[in-house]
Amino acid sequence: METLSLLALEPPGWGANLLRGLVNSIQIALGAFALGLLIGTAGAYGKLYGGRVTRDLLAIYTTVVRAVPELILILILYFAVTDAVNQVLLSFGYPRIQISGVVAGIAVLGVVQGAYATEVLRGAIMAVPSGQIEAARSMGMPPLMLARRITLPAMLAFAMPGMANLWLIATKDTALLAVVGFAELTLETRQAAATTKAFFTFYMAAGVLYLIVTLTSGLLFGRIERWARRGEPALRRAG
Amino acid sequence: MSEPGLTASAPARAGGRLPAWLPPHRIVLALIGLSLVWWCAGTLRWGWLPDYGWLIVAGIWRTIWLVVVTTLLGFALAVPLGLAQAVGPWYLALPARVFCTVIRGTPLLLQVWLLYFGLGSLFPSIPWIRDSDLWPLLRQAWPYAVLALTLSYAGYEGEVMRGAFKSVPRGQLEAAQAMGMPRLTILSRIWLPQAVMQVLPTLGGETVLQLKATPLVATITVVEIYAVASRVRQDTLIVYEPLLLLAVVYLALAGVIVLGFRWLEGRVPVRGV
Repeated sequence: METLSLLALEPPGWGANLLRGLVNSIQIALGAFALGLLIGTAGAYGKLYGGRVTRDLLAIYTTVVRAVPELILILILYFAVTDAVNQVLLSFGYPRIQISGVVAGIAVLGVVQGAYATEVLRGAIMAVPSGQIEAARSMGMPPLMLARRITLPAMLAFAMPGMANLWLIATKDTALLAVVGFAELTLETRQAAATTKAFFTFYMAAGVLYLIVTLTSGLLFGRIERWARRGEPALRRAG
Repeated sequence: MSEPGLTASAPARAGGRLPAWLPPHRIVLALIGLSLVWWCAGTLRWGWLPDYGWLIVAGIWRTIWLVVVTTLLGFALAVPLGLAQAVGPWYLALPARVFCTVIRGTPLLLQVWLLYFGLGSLFPSIPWIRDSDLWPLLRQAWPYAVLALTLSYAGYEGEVMRGAFKSVPRGQLEAAQAMGMPRLTILSRIWLPQAVMQVLPTLGGETVLQLKATPLVATITVVEIYAVASRVRQDTLIVYEPLLLLAVVYLALAGVIVLGFRWLEGRVPVRGV
């Protein structure tokens, strides 16, 4: 119990380090989630309306990413992306650069999230009554306006549970970046614990921080889902 | 996962000689893929493979062992967790619910490190644990790995089983009660089998996730296939090839799990109406 003072924010305590790690984690999770949704939307449209080659390529993308552990994808993509960027830079006569951990983390986790998001959004788009989309088409709506005004708003309610899940996966996957040495919450915790030998205190504290994030976002997503479902007829009638 | 490509190309079978799942563009894609594999085999450095052959086999075996043992143990824990949440009294339901929430709300890597470093630093200071016969076991890393992975699987599956137990029609249970079945017999013959059959696809997906979670235990010095690949990378300073090998191994293992669960699903009797 006396180790609780180690959680203080001022320098003898490590609280500030943990909070800095938490901010980094959330930053990466937000970025990866947003990138994942972009890739997922494009992927879902490609899988539903794309040509045969597009569909097969997307099937390979989602299958491979969902079958290979995130840790290995992170390593492969991190090295490959850094290498590729530097090759391009060198061929244009620029010096090598070091890609920042935040950017690499967002890019890598975003690609992983994109595969899951593709499946979630594809299912949600398929759940939109096809009559609505056909009606909009017969009114002569161009495809982009159709997506913006009809398909995407109508599918939001169906996609929300899956998207909430994805967000939780994104926050928890940021912990994997600890293995490649990025100073997010889990790595900061490990360093603090290893230095002070107060393992339980710090891991428990980090667990509480993660739980706070996941529980609050659970509440938030519940609200968004209720908002997205506004105007829908109630499924269950009273009595 | 449904395959839109399969249904879309079905009409092609009527006229052409190619089977339905192999339209021309897939042949081209397969050829490109094969040439990519050929290029990988030819130009990348695979000289280290023979030196590490047995280590790789042992690593793959350890990964399979971890997945099988922790899913079985985890599922055995998930059944009471699901039951407690679905129908248990509040003093059982509440702890089960808290357990599932905590497990699902924190990263597995943190749980692994908490158990290994936390318990691992606590145990040596307790005399009766040091003197017990279990001590040689507790000094190794793999019991902590098994414990962490088991608890994680139990936490996720406890939630799945909660829904599964609730979804079994009440009439089935009432009929079993009316036949005078004891409660445990009802559970083992009626309730559990029907609940498991309903969630088999989910369990398959979760087992693939469990496979994907195993490399995390390499961070606490358990030598499974990921740890072997890391060692190759450290010894030989080769970056990509061990990672590619890892990706192929995990793809193959995930494929085996998916096929296994598909086989299980095929054995579920479908009731004719």
